Amino acid sequence: MRATDAPAAVERPLSWVNAEVVELYEQSPKVRSLFLDVPSWPGHRAGQHLDLRLTDEAGYKAQRSYSIASAPRADRLELLVQRLDDGEASPYLTTELRPGDFFEIRGPIGGHFVWTSSMSGPLFLIAGGSGVAPLMAMLRHRAAAGSTIPAILLFSSRTLSDIIYREELDRLAAADSGLQIVHTLTGGSTSDWSGETGRIDRDMLAAAGFHPSEQPRIFVCGPASLIEDVARHLVVLGHEPRMVKTERFGPTGV
Amino acid sequence: MSESPISRGFRARRPANSEADRVPPGQHVTADFPVLSAGPTPKSNPESWHFTLRRNGAIIAKWSWAEFEALPQTNVNVDIHCVTTWSKLDTNWRGVTIDPLFVAAGLAEPPTPFALIHCDGGYTTNLPMEDLLHGKAMIATRYENVALVPVHGGPARLLVPHLYFWKSAKWARELEFTDTDDPGFWESLGYNKYGDPWREQRYAGD
Repeated sequence: MRATDAPAAVERPLSWVNAEVVELYEQSPKVRSLFLDVPSWPGHRAGQHLDLRLTDEAGYKAQRSYSIASAPRADRLELLVQRLDDGEASPYLTTELRPGDFFEIRGPIGGHFVWTSSMSGPLFLIAGGSGVAPLMAMLRHRAAAGSTIPAILLFSSRTLSDIIYREELDRLAAADSGLQIVHTLTGGSTSDWSGETGRIDRDMLAAAGFHPSEQPRIFVCGPASLIEDVARHLVVLGHEPRMVKTERFGPTGV
Repeated sequence: MSESPISRGFRARRPANSEADRVPPGQHVTADFPVLSAGPTPKSNPESWHFTLRRNGAIIAKWSWAEFEALPQTNVNVDIHCVTTWSKLDTNWRGVTIDPLFVAAGLAEPPTPFALIHCDGGYTTNLPMEDLLHGKAMIATRYENVALVPVHGGPARLLVPHLYFWKSAKWARELEFTDTDDPGFWESLGYNKYGDPWREQRYAGD
């Protein structure tokens, strides 16, 4: 086992460090990518997250967790932020924030929802909306590592314009016969749409995914309802519960 | 720690005065009840459910669902704090606190200074015994007067509201008495061994 694959034996505190916003990119009407320069970033494994802390002029702070979308060795950290209109941090991050701004982060955090290219078995990723962030880190890591482990991403978005990373996913799949991307749209599609439509259900998981006998490692990230349904369907289809790892992504209430 | 940089143009929400002393540092109040799980929700039904106390592999006590329901029940109104930074105030639970559980098992004193809670689905979490006693923790089976639903840990979960909520393990099935504070599931994956929200003990080393 390589050192980078070992579970983080962290007994030193994770300190807050400054992150500089170097670029912003509107992925969809509600989702923005933040690209961060963090000189002291210790590196991360695909699937991990970080805590982000904003401080206002009066010293009041707001703290949130975000999954990391960038590959472990990427030059810049990328986070996906979905705007919640009644939120506290996300409206700021998706509208007010500009390149050159700073905030604090600490991480990386989490050792369960993690995939490295040295792991065996095919990789089955299931995403809802901006829940694609940690799964994108896995696909980018897989590509960067030149891994030939077969991988499938089943990605649920609302409409065509809500699909995050569509071009990059197309590019990755076109260059790699081991990677399959299946999109489904839940909020209506046009007549020329060639992907799936509707919420991810049991049939879609059976048709798009690996057979349980192939023992895929399965990562599910999205809103709580998607996770709950998908995980239940996967177990009914015969996947071992221990092979199904879930991570909730999205608002923690209003 | 160095001074935090000001996030230009950001204005944080001020906690309501009534809530200010109830919300630990780095937390914000949420009205809904987010569901966080590491894997599929296990299926349990009351017919096959039982709760055990165990030490060194030997069962000390074991209750069926009906027997567990016949133990003295307690209602609590508590605030809960998730390590992912949401807090939920005034949640109402009903269940069996750990003290009467030990009494029913004939234990005058807990035999070890630590416990490891085991759950359906393989999840575990570790706690000092002291944090489970004196009404500070229960095996909860009702939330807001109705049977605890599976996504929130039903049929029964540990409730230790003074620690971060991952310690309140869902689908609890066994309390193992341990001589040492052996890390559980999240505690082995970079999260804090104890998890006091008021000292912001989120991760190892905090």
